Amino acid sequence: MSAAEHEATDEHPVRLSARQLARRRRRESFMRGWRTFRRNRSGMLGLVVLGLFAFIALAAPLLASAEGLEVTKATGGVLEPPSSEYWLGTDDQGRSVLTLLIWGARISLFVGLAATVISMVIGTLVGLISGYSSGWSAAVLFRLTEWFLVIPFLPLAIVLATVLGRSLFNIALVIGVTSWPSTALLIRSQTLSIKERAYIERARVLGAGRWHQIRKHVLPNVMPMVFANTTLTVAIAILAETTLSFLGLGDPTRVSWGSMLEDAFQVGAITTGAWWFIVPPGVCVVLVVLAFTLVGQALEEVLNPRLKGR
Amino acid sequence: MTGRLLEARKVSVEFVTRGGQVARALDGVDLEVGAGEIVALVGESGSGKTTVARTMLGLERPASGEVVFEGEPLNYSLRRLRELRRRVQMVLQDPAGALNPRQTVYESVAEGMRLHGIAAKDPQKRNEIELVAAAMASAGLRPPERLFLRYPHELSGGQRQRVLIAGALALGPELLIADEPVSSLDASIRGEILALLLKLRDELGLGVLVVTHDLGLAWNIADRIAVMYLGRVVEAGPTEEVLQAPQHPYTQALLSVVPEIEELRPVVLTGEIPDPTRIPGGCRFHPRCPAVADGSAAADGVEEACRTLPLEILPPDPRGHHVACHLAALRSTTGPRTGSIV
Amino acid sequence: MSDLLRMRDVSLTYRTEEGDVPAVRDVNLDLDRGEILGLAGESGCGKSTVASTILRLQPPTARVTGEVLFEGEDVLTMRWGDLRALRWAGASIVFQGALHSLNPVRRVGDQIAEPIHLHDPDISDKKVEARVGELLEQVGLPAARARAYPHQLSGGQKQRIMIAMALACRPRLIVADEPTTALDVMVQAQVLHVLSGLVHELGVGMLMISHDLSVLADLCDRIVVMYGGRVVEQGPSKLVFGEALHPYAAALSAAFPRVGDPAARFAPSGLPGDPPDPADLPPGCSFAPRCPRAIDECTRALPELRSFGADRQAACIRVEQP
Repeated sequence: MSAAEHEATDEHPVRLSARQLARRRRRESFMRGWRTFRRNRSGMLGLVVLGLFAFIALAAPLLASAEGLEVTKATGGVLEPPSSEYWLGTDDQGRSVLTLLIWGARISLFVGLAATVISMVIGTLVGLISGYSSGWSAAVLFRLTEWFLVIPFLPLAIVLATVLGRSLFNIALVIGVTSWPSTALLIRSQTLSIKERAYIERARVLGAGRWHQIRKHVLPNVMPMVFANTTLTVAIAILAETTLSFLGLGDPTRVSWGSMLEDAFQVGAITTGAWWFIVPPGVCVVLVVLAFTLVGQALEEVLNPRLKGR
Repeated sequence: MTGRLLEARKVSVEFVTRGGQVARALDGVDLEVGAGEIVALVGESGSGKTTVARTMLGLERPASGEVVFEGEPLNYSLRRLRELRRRVQMVLQDPAGALNPRQTVYESVAEGMRLHGIAAKDPQKRNEIELVAAAMASAGLRPPERLFLRYPHELSGGQRQRVLIAGALALGPELLIADEPVSSLDASIRGEILALLLKLRDELGLGVLVVTHDLGLAWNIADRIAVMYLGRVVEAGPTEEVLQAPQHPYTQALLSVVPEIEELRPVVLTGEIPDPTRIPGGCRFHPRCPAVADGSAAADGVEEACRTLPLEILPPDPRGHHVACHLAALRSTTGPRTGSIV
Repeated sequence: MSDLLRMRDVSLTYRTEEGDVPAVRDVNLDLDRGEILGLAGESGCGKSTVASTILRLQPPTARVTGEVLFEGEDVLTMRWGDLRALRWAGASIVFQGALHSLNPVRRVGDQIAEPIHLHDPDISDKKVEARVGELLEQVGLPAARARAYPHQLSGGQKQRIMIAMALACRPRLIVADEPTTALDVMVQAQVLHVLSGLVHELGVGMLMISHDLSVLADLCDRIVVMYGGRVVEQGPSKLVFGEALHPYAAALSAAFPRVGDPAARFAPSGLPGDPPDPADLPPGCSFAPRCPRAIDECTRALPELRSFGADRQAACIRVEQP
């Protein structure tokens, strides 16, 4: 016994508890995944860009005074072009466009993330249950998914936003409620295929009930796909928020990139040539969405090694 | 010496195929397994042998007949099934697919234990790690700690199979059902796994039901053997008797085509096992039966019976040698209609 | 009457990121027309790799040395045109896992016809149809089955389709790689019956690969046993199966016990450990770690293949000369 113990301590000390063993193993596989991710150049670029925007959003109070958002305290002229004082010029109320951009990042990113959380939670739950169960509950959920999928996003979003009222949370809710079906379908088909695997049957033979099987076997094997899908969903959510705000459905008291575009449009910035009001928010949206997409693709490569090198 | 532990009594299992037809995967099977014995359930694909195993574990519900454990018919509520599964375990075919690729060996073996709270009830007060190590050691994985953190794809086929066995043993079962335990393993390591099954029978008193298509395997480790064809047991009895003096034409044909059997002239049957949606009338084997084809059944006057008269389900008598065949019944000097050769 | 297949000192090494992996080492093989040669071994022993060199199908990352002489010409250095002519019309393969090699959306008759068209682009459709019917009958299936799709056929029938495909261009050599491994005993018997019938009727030479020594002993004239990429024993099949010289061949033979043999009753025979990983071969004899008769000297050098009487060879220093 002591020889075996000694052998064992070289690699895996017996004294560790089961949870520590599992945690160490998880850390190892995370590091391996990270190394694979690092090799993907576009993914790293996306990550850097996202990091930059995340920093901007979080550090907004440090980068630009909140007072810059208040219309009553605006000190600039109307739609002034970029100058040394206002790097990106001013908007129609005399506020610094740069300040708006920085604070707008917060809202756009926050709403995008919140909407994604709502969408992923609903989509994953519905996908798991409709994929795993058989019988009428699964059929009902599946029909519901299809129904929501078919309804055009914009009209539904407009209706919901109008009914619920204009607030940040409601916008996140609207986007979440309209974008979960594609996730649900993806999770459902993945669940259907995993359900047939022999290790699910083994769990059943060992005495596991349905929830144990879902929790311990189906979910961990579905999660990689969920992760990859999440990053792409955030991109779509941010675009959606921008669209809705542009259409005037966003929170009127908050500045987001979409609301900046709305304002710009309303005051005819295009015809007056005030490009500093239109281009920066648009470029920011594009950059963030692109960054999320690149990261999402790189993640897919990490989680599904067969895609490497395509 | 052995008591009846798990029985199937006249069990029938039906499936509805895509075309809407009813397929009788099992058409009346009597089978029993007791502690301390190894029973081989032998048949080709389509014979229903895997369905028997799954039904006896409660994974399938019989359309008629019942499964009885320790004298009590199975209760299909989740709680009672779970209790059953602590005492009757199964090792699935295909070790590669039966292990979750995202779980370490330790987690796979501990899973069943955690579900049943084994560690809390251990009379020797061992903790989970010790119990997992003990189960893995019983399955021949030594030293167990070396393999705790490995993933299935890092193991060889034989090791994976042992992990599956360890996972089943961790629950402390009295009965083990092994579905094709060595068919996907390399030839040189089959013997080790089979020796392990024998050891479990001898040292732990486990009863084992081995489902296989390999007659050589049955000869290696089984006390009793039951041969299945198209959903029924056609011959059953002690291994020596059935494999050295087979009475049913199907068993005889199977044995004759096992390579390197020199005593028997090979009888290669034509065609394949028929569709379970269209079971032939009378004796289900009669369309392919060599005795019907070469006229010996007609010569003995039973051909009409073979074509039209169905045979009864063989009783689960563990000591006798039973055959479901009109011709064998005729030729045996003793025994009732089912052709029991005592 | 030239020799059909002669392999001389064939070695194959895979070049990988972690270094060179010797998959096959110094294999010598002879096969003539009308003969069935068995190639026995388990996963990782190199038997399928050896067979792939016959049609130069080894992966491009592999480095092959030695000669693979098909009717006197070296396949490894043949011109591309000659190789194309060789593939399927000189020698063909019934692949492992054939049941999954059929295209599910095309009729089996069309799939059998494909190599015929490739080798003779001007052939008329009627002739092809007749030939496909002829092939199906040779493998024991009715000609009308040509119109079936793979999912309508059973495992045994699909395997016969693969054999018919291998016969399509009238090859002189057929390689059958684990042709019956996934099949039931009775279906296996049927397929083996078809294969041996073909050898006798058509006079082809057959190289049959399997891990089941009993199947090979039944069907083949001679058997070559491989382990760790090398030939460890070869000789007449009944002798290699019944009275193996090399301890590994003996173990392989014992893995499939004879029903009725009292010595095998409750005494399953197997080897500890696992077949070696070609990337991580032990020093000296690759079988030494698992060998019941190994001694220290076994780990010091690779045992040579020595002769023990006419047409019997074994690579083991523990085998005594009779």
